[in-house]
Amino acid sequence: MSTVDDSGSVRVLAASGLVKTYGRIVGLDGADFDLMPGEILAVIGDNGAGKSTLIKCLTGAERPDSGTLQLAGQRVDFRSPQDARAAGIETVYQSLAVAPALDIGTNIFLGRERRMKGVLGTVFRKLDIKGMNRDAASKMEALGIGTLQNMSQSVDTLSGGQRQAVSVARAAAFAKRVIFLDEPTAALGVKESNSVLDLILRLRDSGLPVVLISHNMPQVFEVADRIHIQRLGRRVAVVTPKTHSMTDAVAIMTGAVTAS
Amino acid sequence: MTAPGVQPRTANEEFAARRQHLGQRIQHFVHGHPWASPLVILIVSVAVFSVLSPQFGTAGNLSLVAQQATVLAAVSAGQVLVLLSGGVDLSVGAVTVLTTFVVGKLAADMGAPGIVALVAGLVAGAALGMVNGFLVAFLKLNPFIVTLGTLSVFTALITLISQGQIVEGSELDWLITLTAQSFIIGGFTVTVGMIVVTVLYLLLAYALLQTAWGRHVFAVGDDAEVSRLLAIRVRRVRLSVYVVAGMIMAVAGWVLIGRTGAVSPQSALSINLDSITAVVIGGTGLAGGRGSIVGAVLGSLVVAVFRNGLFLAGVPALFQDLSVGVLIVVAVTLDMWIRRVRA
Repeated sequence: MSTVDDSGSVRVLAASGLVKTYGRIVGLDGADFDLMPGEILAVIGDNGAGKSTLIKCLTGAERPDSGTLQLAGQRVDFRSPQDARAAGIETVYQSLAVAPALDIGTNIFLGRERRMKGVLGTVFRKLDIKGMNRDAASKMEALGIGTLQNMSQSVDTLSGGQRQAVSVARAAAFAKRVIFLDEPTAALGVKESNSVLDLILRLRDSGLPVVLISHNMPQVFEVADRIHIQRLGRRVAVVTPKTHSMTDAVAIMTGAVTAS
Repeated sequence: MTAPGVQPRTANEEFAARRQHLGQRIQHFVHGHPWASPLVILIVSVAVFSVLSPQFGTAGNLSLVAQQATVLAAVSAGQVLVLLSGGVDLSVGAVTVLTTFVVGKLAADMGAPGIVALVAGLVAGAALGMVNGFLVAFLKLNPFIVTLGTLSVFTALITLISQGQIVEGSELDWLITLTAQSFIIGGFTVTVGMIVVTVLYLLLAYALLQTAWGRHVFAVGDDAEVSRLLAIRVRRVRLSVYVVAGMIMAVAGWVLIGRTGAVSPQSALSINLDSITAVVIGGTGLAGGRGSIVGAVLGSLVVAVFRNGLFLAGVPALFQDLSVGVLIVVAVTLDMWIRRVRA
């Protein structure tokens, strides 16, 4: 089935035989998934191929009806996105999930605020705002998003690309094992898209495997190490930009050609 | 992919290069500093009323204005909390007066010690807030409609408990009327009530700005869906907001008893809407997530200045109400304009 030999190293995240139905509609029909350490894996597929259902099952937003999930070789069962997050899996949603009225530092730590040490934190519940802002700034800096110096700037004063950067920085700050990016460039212009692609490469170079869900074939072929092709609720092939052309991938995706 | 040599400007660059005229600059500043407009309105209105009537600017009158603003400011502390969370509470005045009757009846009719009566008032405030909060957070009903309904219910309960009678201040424990005590600093009368309200605001500001709960209140008000995605327990936050607001109303009730010198079913009648006026003038948006805590104090002072200044200028009572009505429409329009700020 797969054209890539993926034996050898332990897979970071793996799924086999995932089935998910919504009434009579079949979202996933025995889908498999493998993510290797330190790679960028693109997930492509036509509308209705089960891409988003697959991602939801992998990030805890949905529970599959059957099939198994393994994280670093261990069986896992995510009941909620919080479970997946606790396991070190972060997702950058297409909607970005930023609160526009709040500032950058607040957004990055939203729902995971850190309190001061000692009595101030335990009794008075005081937040370590300086520390959080410092960490947020250094994370943004590390990802090469140096233009945003002021963590107390509210998000609605930012451009689309900058908001995307905040969202990615948040995920990167907390992702221990995997980061999922759902159509991260869909709303962006050419140059901003390129800087997000750079960001993805830097994430990978920092050792974090990235799953990129995208419709944009040129971008997928530019950054992905491997490409998971989803069709009719299953993984029909895994190809690489080296062995297959964009035309090949689209042909497999639409069912014009069966992967050999 | 792109033609070589021709680099399109990115949104970032466009953003940095954009020009703003004066109106947009003001809009941006007020957007980032929501307390600025009530401060300007307060200074201008104090200046105008000082010119209109020589009495207005005296220390004696200004401290009277401050005293008149105290109860409103206390209630507005609860209202600003609710508005920041994306809700609204039309029943604030009724909750406040109802808690004063819990305190007054327990102390005067049942002979409960002052501290016991006040704590019972606090518990009653929390319980009344919980009713609003449960309906809004768990039954997902529109807060405007919910609190409009509970306003009627609570008002009826006030009539039921009071039987239309007031409880005289002389029947109450010293602790209950403590908020009426005052001392004079430089010709300016400071009441214990003012100190209570100041402490109340300091606590509220701390809770909203320095704790995770406060950040979650802002987040839920700004975007409940985003908050849910980020594992914030939205319903619990909403419920807690109304409960805390109810407890703030109980504190406001304590201040109100001191201010009126009695427990009266006729007190604080205009405060339901006045508190919304004060908070919105104070720079807190009706859409939630955006606002200013200190702005609520400034807004309360603006409302008190208007009522007092118009009175001293010889404007009939009818036109005073009219002016405060105009004030809220202006404040809401300003809020709309600021929210349309272009990023």
